[in-house]
Amino acid sequence: MSNASALTKPKWSKRKRKEALWAYLFIAPTLLGLFVFYMMPALASFGLSFTNWNGITPPQFIGLDNIVRLFQSGSFIRTLINTFVFTVVSVPMAVILATGIAVLLNQKIKGMVVYRTIYFLPMVTMPVAVGMVWKWLYNTDYGLLNYLLGLLHLPQPAWLFNPNIALLSVIAVYVWMTVGNNIILILAGLQGISQTYYEAAQIDGASKFKQLIKITIPLLTPTLFFVFITGMISSLQVFDLIFIMIGDSHVLLEPLRTLVYGVYESGFEYSQMGYASAQAFLLFLAILTVTIAQFAFQKKWVHYDG
Amino acid sequence: MNKKWLIHLMLIVGAVVMITPFLWMVLTSMKSFGEAMQVPITILPQEWLLENYAEVFASVDLLRYYFNTFVVTLGRTLAQIVLCSLAAFAFARMDFPGRNVLFILILSVLMVPMQIILIPNYGILTALGWIDTFYALIVPGMFSAFGVFLLRQFFMGIPKELDEAATIDGCSYFGIYWRIILPNATPALIALGIFTILASWNDFLWPLVMTNSEETRMLSVGISSFQGQYSTNYPLLMAGAVLSTIPMLIIFVILQKHLVSGIALQGVRR
Repeated sequence: MSNASALTKPKWSKRKRKEALWAYLFIAPTLLGLFVFYMMPALASFGLSFTNWNGITPPQFIGLDNIVRLFQSGSFIRTLINTFVFTVVSVPMAVILATGIAVLLNQKIKGMVVYRTIYFLPMVTMPVAVGMVWKWLYNTDYGLLNYLLGLLHLPQPAWLFNPNIALLSVIAVYVWMTVGNNIILILAGLQGISQTYYEAAQIDGASKFKQLIKITIPLLTPTLFFVFITGMISSLQVFDLIFIMIGDSHVLLEPLRTLVYGVYESGFEYSQMGYASAQAFLLFLAILTVTIAQFAFQKKWVHYDG
Repeated sequence: MNKKWLIHLMLIVGAVVMITPFLWMVLTSMKSFGEAMQVPITILPQEWLLENYAEVFASVDLLRYYFNTFVVTLGRTLAQIVLCSLAAFAFARMDFPGRNVLFILILSVLMVPMQIILIPNYGILTALGWIDTFYALIVPGMFSAFGVFLLRQFFMGIPKELDEAATIDGCSYFGIYWRIILPNATPALIALGIFTILASWNDFLWPLVMTNSEETRMLSVGISSFQGQYSTNYPLLMAGAVLSTIPMLIIFVILQKHLVSGIALQGVRR
C-alpha cells in the first residue's frame, strides 16, 4: 500500500496542497458557523434534555425525569395529539388541493400569471399578520365568515372558541398559507412530464380523466413525494400561526398547543430550559420518524422513471 | 370549448378564497372602530379612513422596526450568498481530503429543526453577550446548510470545460469562482437570495426569544406585541398587518418569476 503510493509519486504535490488549502479556506466560515450555531447546539440540546437547566444557574443532571414528567402530564399528551392531527390533516389537504389547482393551471389557459400570483400571495405574507387577519375573519360576532354564513342561513360556529373545531380552523388557515408553495412545486413537476405520453394516449382514445389517473398522477409521484416530506416536516414545526391564534387566551391553549409552542412555553415563559429541551428532542425524533417512514413507504407508491 | 370556461370558474372560486382575507384586511383597516364592531357588518367602509394608519405610526415605532428588519434581512442574505457559494464551490469543484465527510456533516444540519437549537443557542448567545443585539439577529442566520446544498447541486451542473479552460489560462481558484461559476449560477443565487429574504423578513420565533428591547425589535415581533396591546381594536390591527406585509407583497409580485423558478428548482434537483 505505502509502496504503491510511493510509486505514484508525490500525492501531495505542491499544486494539490494549494488546492486543498484554498478549499478549506472557502469552507471554513460556513463550517465554523454551522458548527457553533447548529451542530453544537443540537448535541447540547440532547444533553440538556437530561437536566433541570433554568437558563441561569448551572444545569444539574436529573436523568430521565423530564421525559417521565412529560408523559405523565395530560397537557403534553394533548400537545402530541394536536401536533399529530395538525400534520395528518393539513398536509394531505394542502397536497390534494394543490394538485387539483396545478392540473387546472397547467391547461394553457389565459391569465395563468394572474391566478398564480393570487395563489401564492399568502405564502409570502408574514405568518404573524396572517394569524391576525384570520382571527378577525373567524370572529364569532363581527367576522366576515359568519356574516356570509348568516346570509345563507347556515350555522355560525365560534370557529376558534369552540374547542372541538379550533384546531381544524387553524389547520384551514395553514392550508390556505401553504397551498401556493405546493402548487409551484407540482406545476414544475407537471411541466416535466413529456407530452409524448399524452399524444400516445390520445391516439389510443383515452379520456382526459383516464389520462390524469394513468399518466399524470403516476409520473407526478416523485414530486408529490417531495412535497409530502417537506410539507410534513414544516407542519410539525409550525409556531407563528399558533402563537398568534392563541394570543393571551387561556381557553385556546389546550386545543391549539403544538410541540413547538410547548418548547417555547416551557423554555421561555417558565424558564424550564431542560424540560423544553426534552420536548425539542422529541420533536426531532418525530421529524426523523416521519422522514424515515416516508422513505420506507415510498416504494409502494412513488414511480421513478415512468 | 366550454370546458375552458369550467376551468376558469374553478380557478376563480379558488382565487376568491385566496384573496378575500387580503381585501378584508385592507377594508377593515379603513373603518372606524365603531363601524367594525357593528351588526350587521358593512362590507365597504362608510367613510374611507386613513386614521388607523396614522395611529399605528403614532403608537409604535414602526419606522425603527422596518429599519431593523431591513438591516437583518440584508445582512443575512448577503452573507449567505457569499459564504454558501464559496463553500459550495469548494464542494462542487475542488479536491481535498475529507471532502465527502465534511459535506455529509453539513447535510446532517438540514435534518435538525430550528427549535431544537433554540435553547442551547440562547445559552451560547448569552455567553457571548449577544442577547438583545443585532449580532444575535444576524450572525447565526449568516450560515445555511440548505444554501450550500442548493448551490452545490447547481454548480455541479455547470460544464466543467469552462473552468478547465480558465485554469489553463492561469485563472486562480478564486478567479474561477468569481468569473466562471458565479456568473453561470445566477438563477440559483437569486433563488437562495429570495428564500433568505423571505425567511428573514418573516422570521418570528428567533427574534422573539433573542431580543426584548425596542432598539432591536423586528417587524414581526413588533406587530405581534401590538396585537397584545390592542387585541380587540381590529381596524388598528389590520392597519398594522397591512403595513407589515405590504413591502414583501410588492417585492414578490414583482419578483414572482424568480420565486417560482427558485421553488421549482428546489423540487426538481433531487
